[in-house]
Amino acid sequence: MAGAATSNRQRSKLAPYLMILPALAYLGIFFVVPFFSLARTSLSSSGGSVYLPTLEFNWDFGNYLEAFSHYQDQIIRTFVYALVATVLCVLLAFPLAYVIAFKAGRYKNLILGLVILPFFVTFLIRTIAWKTILADDGWVVGALGSVGLLPSEGRLLSTSWAVIGGLTYNWIIFMILPLYVSLEKIDPRLMEASKDLYSTNRRSFTKVILPLSMPGVLAGSLLVFIPASGDFINADYLGSTQTTMIGNVIQKQFLVVKDYPAAAALSMVLMLIILVGVLLYTRALGTEDLV
Amino acid sequence: MTTQAMAEVGTAEPKKVKGTPRWGDLLLRILAGLVLLYLFLPIFVIVLFSFNDPKGKFNYSWQGFTLKNWADPFKYPPLTEALKLSLNVAAVSTAVALVLGSLVAIALVRQRFRGQTAVDTFLVIPLTAPEVVMGAALLTLFLDLGWAAGYATIVISHIAFEISFIAMTVRARMRGFDWTLEDASMDLGASPTRTFFKVTLPLIVPGIVAAAMLSFALSLDDFIITYFVSGSTVTYPLYVNAAVKAAVPPQINVLATAILGISLLLLAVGTLYRRKRIEA
Repeated sequence: MAGAATSNRQRSKLAPYLMILPALAYLGIFFVVPFFSLARTSLSSSGGSVYLPTLEFNWDFGNYLEAFSHYQDQIIRTFVYALVATVLCVLLAFPLAYVIAFKAGRYKNLILGLVILPFFVTFLIRTIAWKTILADDGWVVGALGSVGLLPSEGRLLSTSWAVIGGLTYNWIIFMILPLYVSLEKIDPRLMEASKDLYSTNRRSFTKVILPLSMPGVLAGSLLVFIPASGDFINADYLGSTQTTMIGNVIQKQFLVVKDYPAAAALSMVLMLIILVGVLLYTRALGTEDLV
Repeated sequence: MTTQAMAEVGTAEPKKVKGTPRWGDLLLRILAGLVLLYLFLPIFVIVLFSFNDPKGKFNYSWQGFTLKNWADPFKYPPLTEALKLSLNVAAVSTAVALVLGSLVAIALVRQRFRGQTAVDTFLVIPLTAPEVVMGAALLTLFLDLGWAAGYATIVISHIAFEISFIAMTVRARMRGFDWTLEDASMDLGASPTRTFFKVTLPLIVPGIVAAAMLSFALSLDDFIITYFVSGSTVTYPLYVNAAVKAAVPPQINVLATAILGISLLLLAVGTLYRRKRIEA
């Protein structure tokens, strides 16, 4: 702390390292090392008896083959759901973020506060509330049925759309906030300039607003897609056995079946796919404004 | 100086877009309103169902209005115990992570040192790891080490994911401050210690408070990582999850509504306090 208070940098050459060391050491032990444990477990074979299971590390890549062949459906489903939820988040967040940034005037902070407020309720309880809203005897199903949008025996709960809806709802805040930040930065004079140069509204939107909001869309997409693809609560509460995602399998294999190598291999697969996806995506859209 | 600038931002004319047709504007506002309504829909349900009088074990369909859930919010000792444990975990883990994370943030903003960008990047990585993978990785570590899952492993894991959030928040709030104020204070004869307490600390405290609140909220709400490393220990989200499978008492809604109300109150107090400071 003394290093922060003095302007004499010569004297405190060691100070910054002393300040970062505790956190880096902690993250080294409890963030980096666990991934080595995970990788090691994913390459082990389980042996021993049911009562006394043992793990033996022997470069068993069979776990990965098994992960791909057994859970192909769940892997594909996970990324389709997460992708659709991310797109829905962009579509829903854009008008709201736009209105907050350009039209809200003195109500800007109030609306921002309102946007954040629902997220003070535990994630699980919000998802239970969706279970109530989408229930077979609930008013949403009733209303959709009476206007003919849903067949008479149709249901919302336990469908893919319920799971995707839940994923969208639970992470949309991570789309709204970065999108708002990037829209807020746009100089309104740029829009006036485009109008003065006889641009139509649509053209001003596609040529000025949309490109300038891309950093927000990019950051928001990552912040939605990554947690959505690892989630298992929405599929568990709002879905059925036909809508299980990778997260559900990992959770079950680790905590119920206790087949650690298979579960670890599946976790590694999930992480690697996300990592590759993130790299390709950031490469395609540029990373300057990401952090 | 900075407060004056902030006041100017606060009272600035709303940005106007010239020539947007009225109906397009209206449509946009309606859309935004609908999205806001969508965000609140489950919240209305949660508050409403805290007044429900459910028949049977599940509080999923509306049966009738009652105040008895509110009269007895702590009716289920396991729920209360779980909430207490979660508050305990959130407080302890935030306290530790706050020291570790703030030190890194201060070093990153106030010092120049080799490997700074590497540290920066390294801190972002935990924010991008999916929770289920982080939980799984921590579980395999604890299995390898032979540590029994429980209170200690929960706190250790929470600190691990909180550090990055805290470091990022404190760093973001510290950027762009006028640090020559420290030099000014010392030029005017203040000792380094006095400068630290009278100048540096007041500048960084708002960032640290914001980071602590974020970290506390994240810890209180964390289900996925905790689920992997908790063993048979039950935190508040874990209790809620078990309830979904067995029985959902309306007291869950009562406590959730109460937490929401308290957050709202804190938010309002914080806003008024800031407004007052800007006006002063």
